[in-house]
Amino acid sequence: MLDMKMTGAQILIEALKKEDVEVMFGYPGGVVLPIFDRLYDAPIKFILTRHEQGAAHAADGYARATGKVGVCLATSGPGATNLVTGIANAYMDSIPMVAVTGQVKTRLIGNDAFQEADITGITRPITKHNYLVKDVKDLAVTIKEAFHIARTGRPGPVLIDFPVDIQQAETEFHYPEKVEIKGYKPTYAGHPGQIKRAAKAISSAKRPILYTGGGVITSNASGELREFAIKNKIPVTTTLLGLGAFSSDNPLHLGMPGMHGTAYANHAIMESDLIIAVGARFDDRVTGKVEAFAPHADIIHIDIDPASVSKTVEVDIPIVGDAKHILKGLLKYTKKPDTDAWLAKIDEMKKKYPLKYENSDGKLRPQYVVEEISNITKGEAIICTEVGQNQMWAAMFYKFTKPRTMISSGGLGTMGFGFPAAIGAQMGRPDAVVFDIAGDGSIQMNIQELATAVYNKLPVKVAILNNCYLGMVRQWQELFYKKRYSYTCLEDGQPDFVKLAESYGAVGMRVVRPEDARPAIERSLEITDRPTFIDFRVEKEENVFPMVPAGEAINRMIGGMA
Amino acid sequence: MKHTISVLVENKFGVLARIAGLFSARGFNIESLAVGETEDAAVSRMTIVTDGDERTLDQIKKQLNKLIDVIKVSDFTDKKYLEKELMLIKVAVNAKTKKEVTEAVDSCGAEVVNTGEKSLAIEMTGDAGKIISLLELLRPFGILEVVRTGRIAMGIDDKEMKTPGKPEVNE
Repeated sequence: MLDMKMTGAQILIEALKKEDVEVMFGYPGGVVLPIFDRLYDAPIKFILTRHEQGAAHAADGYARATGKVGVCLATSGPGATNLVTGIANAYMDSIPMVAVTGQVKTRLIGNDAFQEADITGITRPITKHNYLVKDVKDLAVTIKEAFHIARTGRPGPVLIDFPVDIQQAETEFHYPEKVEIKGYKPTYAGHPGQIKRAAKAISSAKRPILYTGGGVITSNASGELREFAIKNKIPVTTTLLGLGAFSSDNPLHLGMPGMHGTAYANHAIMESDLIIAVGARFDDRVTGKVEAFAPHADIIHIDIDPASVSKTVEVDIPIVGDAKHILKGLLKYTKKPDTDAWLAKIDEMKKKYPLKYENSDGKLRPQYVVEEISNITKGEAIICTEVGQNQMWAAMFYKFTKPRTMISSGGLGTMGFGFPAAIGAQMGRPDAVVFDIAGDGSIQMNIQELATAVYNKLPVKVAILNNCYLGMVRQWQELFYKKRYSYTCLEDGQPDFVKLAESYGAVGMRVVRPEDARPAIERSLEITDRPTFIDFRVEKEENVFPMVPAGEAINRMIGGMA
Repeated sequence: MKHTISVLVENKFGVLARIAGLFSARGFNIESLAVGETEDAAVSRMTIVTDGDERTLDQIKKQLNKLIDVIKVSDFTDKKYLEKELMLIKVAVNAKTKKEVTEAVDSCGAEVVNTGEKSLAIEMTGDAGKIISLLELLRPFGILEVVRTGRIAMGIDDKEMKTPGKPEVNE
């Protein structure tokens, strides 16, 4: 059969269909008109956001909730640069994404043409790879490669810059079956010798601890992790991006380590004799002062990215490969270590330093709000977060039980991420209950996406932990800058979030007393055809504790310890 | 410690910017960088001379390997290899010093490639040691300009470098 002649725009749509893209997010503009003309009657659900940044974050949230590649589309120049924060965010958290940007005509590139930006140049350090398509004959292979690179190995965003004349040019469409990239062959199976070495080390460890991150979720290895931890009775700490990989109702679960980790997770790491890192990258928010990190421990590091190994801490047994494969191997070779005394000690620490907050004075506290959301949704909702205090309280007080239910901007720490990410997550998981746990600062960074959620009848619930401050920055100012609250008070000029939501056609509620939190959350769960904003007027100067001051060893925590 | 790294890359749009950008973004040093086509026009070779401790070098190699357009990375340190650099150097001369400079150039195996009224242009090919000794020899006469290509290097075993796949960190 002869391949049909098609325009570049048509080829894009056909290729997206071949990649099973059901949903994409974006915003139109001058040089993507040929693509939008094709989208008009294409069998792909296109979600028009109200800002390109919203589109990138929505694609990201969609990818995290489903495990599929998130796709976003924007025009050249400002459309493309508006995607940049979202692309950087996906890059830092290893999220599979393909971003397509329009570009001016090939003969105008480099001429400072209207709405021209060198987006491949701009995104080079924040993409896993990027392309400028200069010949329509290269288009199909480029798209095939982009999806392959985005979703394999350590996933990440790939950008395709697509000039308007190439969108209009014609060629035969032939979608390749296979990709052959000389310099890209990710390792999946771990080295058998290394796996055996690691199994041996684990079998003889006295105080082992599993330190697990987003890689466990990416490789869908939660089942293997659970089996391995339970069978060998090894306690598990999960990073922010790893939350949900191991159910928090399991007694072996220690919660999150690091700057706002639980005291028992941090103490356990500091006393451990063997750290088994799985799909986690020893980020500075986890290690604290790196020279003082886990002084008694040997380190096994399982990661699909060789460059993550021995980047910040010296690793004793590196195993490059996919977490699922390697955990299976470890399951086979590990003899259960004797951890009874170690677990007893950890239990003691759990009793001595529980996560807690003042909850007896009748005031509405943000931790209580998160706990109530957790109780009411039985730890089974998809929780997106913004960045700052809201994010840390969500991580600490929501009892995650399943992978792909914690959607948070970890590496980049992007305010304004949570709400559009929740829209993307809800598009990918229409039957799930999706919350965005927000702050009053962050929510205003992409609040225009209310229109997107209303138009698409998405029942996303936004719990604004409203303290009228940029709370985390204020907390640092309180603790380290003599309470000089420089430009962190947002009270003046704050909108009425209830009226604001209502003006878009969403539901708005306000809660000022603890006893009203539960009914409001329950009411929001009954609303299934539009978003809900709940404005929780929480204690203004509540702090996130415990906390490890920046640059300190992780057992030097302040607050919430007594 | 100085390291000479050879990087085989796909000869594609933006590949030099990717490599240079990686070094600047991650704070790695580049002492010199030489790029040229290989026996295969679709593949270029970059020879990079860089500086750093063992850990930095490990990261440089791993981060380079992560780039999709990078086919292979080889560190020549501790291996047998040829290393050459081409330098053009312009030295001020007068009637008195011209002969002296010419003799110095001859003694180093370099060559005078242009004779001007008040200067000589000299071409020198060699390893870093030879290049530096010529520079030192000519410095007293007054060096007007130095142009260097940066080092290029090639392993001297009988295998070709272009074996497919990237090295793993596993032992």
